Amino acid sequence: MLSGMTTRIAVIDPDRERALLIVDGLKEAGESDIHVIGDESGIARRLAEIDPDIVLIDLESPSRDVMEQVARASSPLERPVAMFVDRSDEAMIRSAIEAGVSAYVVDGLRKERLKPVLEAAIARFHSIARLRAELDATKAALAERKVLDRAKGILMKAKGLTEEEAYAALRKAAMDQNRKISEIAQSIVTAAELLK
Amino acid sequence: MSRGRDQGEIVCGFIPLTDCATLVVAREFGFAAEEGVDLTLRREASWSNIRDKIALGLFDAAHMLAPMPLAMSLGLSAFDARIDAPFVLSVNGDVIGVSEPLAARLRAAHGSAFFEDPAAAAAALRSATDRRPLRVGVPWLFSMHAILIDYWLGRCGFDPERDVALNVVPPPFMAEALAAGELDLFCVGEPWGSASVENGAGALLLAGPSIWRFAPEKVLGVARTLAEERPDALAALIRALYRAADWASRPEHRGAVAEVLSAPDYVDAPAELIERALGGSLIVSGEGELRQVPRALELFDAAATFPWRSQAAWIVERLAERHGLGHGLADGAGQVFRPDVYRAALAPLGANLPTASAKIEGALSAATEVASLGESLALGPDSFFDGAVFDPGSGNSPKN
Repeated sequence: MLSGMTTRIAVIDPDRERALLIVDGLKEAGESDIHVIGDESGIARRLAEIDPDIVLIDLESPSRDVMEQVARASSPLERPVAMFVDRSDEAMIRSAIEAGVSAYVVDGLRKERLKPVLEAAIARFHSIARLRAELDATKAALAERKVLDRAKGILMKAKGLTEEEAYAALRKAAMDQNRKISEIAQSIVTAAELLK
Repeated sequence: MSRGRDQGEIVCGFIPLTDCATLVVAREFGFAAEEGVDLTLRREASWSNIRDKIALGLFDAAHMLAPMPLAMSLGLSAFDARIDAPFVLSVNGDVIGVSEPLAARLRAAHGSAFFEDPAAAAAALRSATDRRPLRVGVPWLFSMHAILIDYWLGRCGFDPERDVALNVVPPPFMAEALAAGELDLFCVGEPWGSASVENGAGALLLAGPSIWRFAPEKVLGVARTLAEERPDALAALIRALYRAADWASRPEHRGAVAEVLSAPDYVDAPAELIERALGGSLIVSGEGELRQVPRALELFDAAATFPWRSQAAWIVERLAERHGLGHGLADGAGQVFRPDVYRAALAPLGANLPTASAKIEGALSAATEVASLGESLALGPDSFFDGAVFDPGSGNSPKN
């Protein structure tokens, strides 16, 4: 491939939100010719239409096995693709796989063209994973909050306690048993459901 | 790399399929813990992920298609690595189906689209369609699925090169690809076979065992780092898997196994579907027509977990037929299946194991008593539909 030409990148990710974040990351890295394949049926056909230089695929996509066949050039896609398996750069492959993305490049693409693209993708996958972890933590905290409120309610009703007293009882039980307040609250809610 | 792992810690990848049962049972029913193994199971979406993660050292072991460690060792696959296969996780389990338009033609001509006899099925298929190549969906190129399709059609007058086009289709998308008219045939493992025909996108044509009665389907693939640096942990894992397979294969435990496998972290499919697959009843058409298939999926009996070198040699011969390997490569690949590691690991259990490491594949048309370390051990049947007999020759070394 001639230097100066743009590199055409296909991003295969059934998760639309993540695909868009990755496209943003690639644009920030100076890439402009980016195509997203979100629909997982017929990816071989879509790839033939797009004719990319680099394919980035999310490891959560079962279609990675289809991509593997495309990469062996035994499929409707005529253009030979070789998986990026330069063992001298095993560290980069490893960090890509750990981040959750795999890259395929067309034979002949210069190695220095792939590196920044893959680095941008890896960085985006990491930041998406962090965002999702934070979101999960927030959801878990909200769920714990709900259970705690229900446990307090059960105690208030059953023992005629005020909210403060109910919370103090939960805290004391947690300290006595060396467990988390949320665990004690969950036990109470579970027990109350069984006793209904 | 396994560096940084504690002695008994093993990270193992798996694909959500009924035949990951032994791994899940080893973890969930305490067999791994009892052997001192801290077994972490990581669900993966593709075989390519499994291959890369074990090659890069992110996994110590993995649920693998039986031909996969052989293809990796032969340099056929994009990421090569020396992978040992010291334990067979399942025997049989694949089904072959046809698209609904083809099924309708077969039904019109034969009353049913389901055949007991592969030769009759191939003949029926030939008169039902002129399309060549037949487009066949398989989950992965180096799989027992692809090998069974090639072997069956290749020996029934189809040319595997010209008349058969293998297309990789992830099992969850098989029904969709059938409905879209992209496939004529498909070969998958449960629960995806039943799932593909339940909605009427296709119908089952054959059960895998009708082609080869005892086909090794999934193996435990083991990274060299685990085998060489922590042989005791590997031996403990093999003992845990052996006991788990024994327990899971008993009909009275099927319900419990199916229940655990159905969880979102494992197969994420209805327990009823999985229990049926474990018990060998297959849904063969959208009308809910059921067939009971003997040894549709075998986890333990007839030394199913034993990694026969002759099975590996047979697979390598098929890979060579399809991918044109030079002769002699088969000898190297013969060292991938490790009956020696299996036997050494299980010695403390006093388990009933075969004394040979290779056998003549296809020679047993019925269950047959063989020499074993215990009281009695019956192997087989292991015949091929065309009556072929495969003698691995030099691989049959009793010292292994």
